[in-house]
Order: sequence, then structure tokens, then C-alpha cells
Amino acid sequence: MGRKRWFGLLFLLIALVAVCLASIAIGSKEIPLSGVWHGLFTPTGAEDDVVIRELRIPRTLIGIAVGIALGVGGALMQGHTRNPLADPGILGVTHGAALAVVLSIFLLGVDSLVGYIWFAFAGAMIASIVVFLLGSAGRGGPSPVTLALAGAAVSALMHGLVSAIVLLDQQSLDAFRFWQVGAIAGRDMSVLTQVLPFLVVGLVIAAFNAPGLNALSLGEDVAKSLGVRVGMTRSLGVFAITLLVGGAVAACGPIGFIGLVVPHVARAFTGPDYRWLLPFSALVGAILLLLADIVGRVVARPSEVEVGVMLALLGAPFFIYLVRRKKLVKI
Amino acid sequence: MSVRLEASSLSVGYGERLVVDTLDLSVLGGTVTAVIGPNGCGKSTLLKALGRLLPARSGAVLLDGKQIERMATRDVARVLGMLPQAPSAPEGLTVADLVARGRHPHQSWYRQWSSEDAAAVDAALEMTGISDLAERTVDELSGGQRQRAWISMALAQGTDLLLLDEPTTYLDLAHQIDVLDLVQELHAVMGRTIVMVLHDLNLAARYADVIVAMRDGRIVAQGTPAEVLTESMLLDVFGLDARVVEDPVAGTPLVVPVGSRHRLP
Repeated sequence: MGRKRWFGLLFLLIALVAVCLASIAIGSKEIPLSGVWHGLFTPTGAEDDVVIRELRIPRTLIGIAVGIALGVGGALMQGHTRNPLADPGILGVTHGAALAVVLSIFLLGVDSLVGYIWFAFAGAMIASIVVFLLGSAGRGGPSPVTLALAGAAVSALMHGLVSAIVLLDQQSLDAFRFWQVGAIAGRDMSVLTQVLPFLVVGLVIAAFNAPGLNALSLGEDVAKSLGVRVGMTRSLGVFAITLLVGGAVAACGPIGFIGLVVPHVARAFTGPDYRWLLPFSALVGAILLLLADIVGRVVARPSEVEVGVMLALLGAPFFIYLVRRKKLVKI
Repeated sequence: MSVRLEASSLSVGYGERLVVDTLDLSVLGGTVTAVIGPNGCGKSTLLKALGRLLPARSGAVLLDGKQIERMATRDVARVLGMLPQAPSAPEGLTVADLVARGRHPHQSWYRQWSSEDAAAVDAALEMTGISDLAERTVDELSGGQRQRAWISMALAQGTDLLLLDEPTTYLDLAHQIDVLDLVQELHAVMGRTIVMVLHDLNLAARYADVIVAMRDGRIVAQGTPAEVLTESMLLDVFGLDARVVEDPVAGTPLVVPVGSRHRLP
């Protein structure tokens, strides 16, 4: 297993570099490789240089950050719920962000992608806290089942509110549609710098969560016998998921399937050890997100398909394959 | 022999219902104790409470004289190990990795693995006779091998107190004997103190020094197998009409149920 992991790590690092370069070189505007080189290392402010430096590099960096956040968030989520079909959105983070964005449009007239960031992040936080409190209320504190149930209930409620508002108000609907299709295009570096601190803190907490998650994957009783403070480990995990997925949603709107699919791909390299699975999920998340984004740039030239749509198109068949496999991975 | 683990007026319950009712129990160091009783009598709940997996409603569990609920859970985990009934491992986990996870209470975030950990894992695999299975995944093992792997994990934890909840569940008779022989070896060779819940009375009689019989959340009898396993106790605790004879192999009591379709000669 050890050697397989190191080879996997090397392979994924090379793949990430390749995908990054492709993400800078490929776009709806065709720029020759010499132009890409020029834009990267000897920019003069020509049109192609501006496209590369102002559009493609920020887009690529945001893609990496959001891919890492959603990949790690997904692995944490599946680990804490012991459910291979769990998506990080289960905690209500996505719908909380959506409701906050719609309210900011409807009540305050906010109308820019950058303007939504803090509303989306606050909405994600509040929804996740409500879900966590509801899921922890019963006897025995937060358990995978109570968290998932509370998340589904709160998500349904918020989804209903979002639908009600956009039905009432045509203007809100028009603005909200653009946010709702998750995309890494059209965001500048300020988007990344605003959410980056939360993503970094989320990743650090996730790293501290890994050994406890390893013990928890043997069942709560075994974990407790091994001296794991189960409530504390779960709370930290949920907090990390909220920061990572909330930050990603705030930056790019809801992007589905990455959080669901990435841990399964990463697990093929690492097996079920979270000390390996989390960093591998980060790499695979960044690679898959950028890859889907690149495909979205070329399939409908000269226009583009947003990465959120691309991932749904590519992710759905994979999801069906997972569900139809004779035996689902037990985690 | 000193008292290692003690329940003092211990009550444990789920919701309104008390499952263990003001129970007193003392486990002496270096003994094998088997807890027996009919389904739902509270024996698994008692074991979980002894292993601080369930909180006491009232009363207390004392580990080496200290209240277990007031101790840091990691400190408890270095002294007391517990294997729940039919635990499940994530798919793809190798036996070596499973056993290595038993070292959790001895590790910290910055020091994940030491030579001491490696030695403990090797010794645990050796002791349970599954060193050659180390690189196999847990899901591809047979029931008996899997149970050995889990016991290995508990051994790697390096605790001298071990609580086992029905370690022979789902195993055929040969593998039940196999696992219990292993338990006895841990006791005899390494001097571990073991408390286990067992369903099979004859095996309990053969492998335990002390038998604790429970009914309705209380202890109704405890003592040596010969003292506890009597015809009147079986009728009283299990509602079972049975004869008790001498086990021709071990000399311990052997329970032979009568059943409704047989007449006694």
C-alpha cells in the first residue's frame, strides 16, 4: 500500500501541474502556446497577456482552491456520516447560502457576484449551525443519522423559501439564476483572497481531524474505547466542512458532484486511511474541477458551459455507476 | 488480588427505562469473568457502562479506585480496552492497519507512529496467530480470522483490562473454541483481566473463573462456575428446565436442557 500511495501522489501532482497549464492555455479565445508563454513570463499588456493574467490565472487559482475545499469537505462528510453517498451539501450549507443570496438580492438589491460572497458565507454558516444544533438536540448528541435528517429538513425548508421569493419577484430570479449555476469564471482575485483564510483554517482543522476520523470509521463504540472524544471530533469535523464548503459556495455558487465523487476516486489510491485520503481528495478535487472547467470552455465554443453544469453532466453517470455497483463501499 | 474494576450502585438506562438497576460488582485483577443472562437482561449494557461507553444514571464505575467518568478518556484507553459486539471495519482496510489503529491512545497528532507502536502491532498479530494475514483486507477474512483481527487490535492497545462483548457471535463452534482459547491464553500468559459477555453457558463454565448471572438488570448469582450454574439458578434466571452434569473434558458444569418434547428417564 505504501508504494502505491507515493506513486499515486506523484501521479496526481504531475496531473495537477498539467491541468493547471492546460487551464491557462485553453479557453474560448484561442491563444497560441507562444502567446501563453509570453503572457506568463514576459507580459507587455497585449490583449492576450491581459486575458491570461487577468482572467485565466485567477480562474485557475480559484478552481484549485474550490476544488481542494470541496474534495476535502466531501471526504470529511462521507467519513463523519459513514455514508458513501453523502455530499457535503447534506449539512444545509448550500441551501443556506442560496437563501442568504436571494434575500440579499430581494431585500437589499445586491447585484454583483462579489457582493454575494459575505451573504452566501453567512447563510452557509447559519444553516450549518442550525442543522448541527437540531442534530445534536436528542439523546446521545450529534450522530450521522440525526445530522443527515436535520440537514435534509432544514435544506428543504430553505429551498422552499428560495423558491417562494424567486416566484414572487422576477428581478430576484434573474439575478439569482446567475449565482445558482456554480462557476469559477468571471471572478477576480479579490474573491479568492476573501474566502482563502476560511479555507485555510478549514484545511488545518481537517488535518487535525484525520486520526480521530480513522478511529471513528471503526464505529463510535470502538472509537470511544480508543480514547477518542467523539462529540468533540464530530463538532470539529462539521466546523471544518462548514468553512470549506461554505467558503467554496460563497466564492463560486453551488458546485455539485465534486464533493460526492472525489473521495471515491481518492480512496482508490489510498484505501480508507484519512491521513492519506484527505490530502489525496484535495488533489483529486482540484484536478477534476479544473478538468471539467476546461471541457466546459471548449464544448460550446465560442460560448462556455459553466463548471457547475459540466460537473452535473459528467458526475451524474459516475454517480449512477456508484449506486449500481453490486456492493457499495462500506466506510 | 486487588479490585481493578468496580460498579458501585450503578444504574444505567435508555430514556425512561433502567436497564441496569443499582448493581454492585467487583472485578479482581487477573481473573476471567463471564457475564451471562437471558436476552435483554442488561449484560451488554453493563459491559458498555463498565467501559464508559454509556454514562451512569446514578452510582459510579471505578477503575483502579477512580471514578471512570472523571478520568480523561485517553488515560482510560491506555488501561482499559473494549471490543463491542460484531464491530465493522471500512472496506479495503488491511489487517495491519486495523491493528495499528489500536495504538490510537498512545499517539498524538505530531507523533503518529513509533517503534513502540510497530512492536506492539507485531506482537498482537503474533499472539493471535494472524501475522501472515497482515496485508489482507479485513473484509476478505473468514469470520474467525476477522474476530482474531479485532482482538489483535484490542491487544495492540496494550491495556491489561479487556472487555469483550460476545466475542464468539456468528462463529461456528470450532472457531468459538479457537477464540476462547486465545482469551484464556491472554489471561494465563499475559495476566490480563478479562470481562466478557457470553451466550453459551457451557463455554462460560469452561473458560471463566467467575460467572455473573444477571436478570432484569440485577445480578442474581455470582461465583465460580460450579457455584452459579445450578439447576435451580437456570430455572430461576432463564426459566429453563435443565440438568447439570459434569463436563467429561474439563470437569466444569455442563448444562443439558430438557425442553418440552422430552421426558426425563
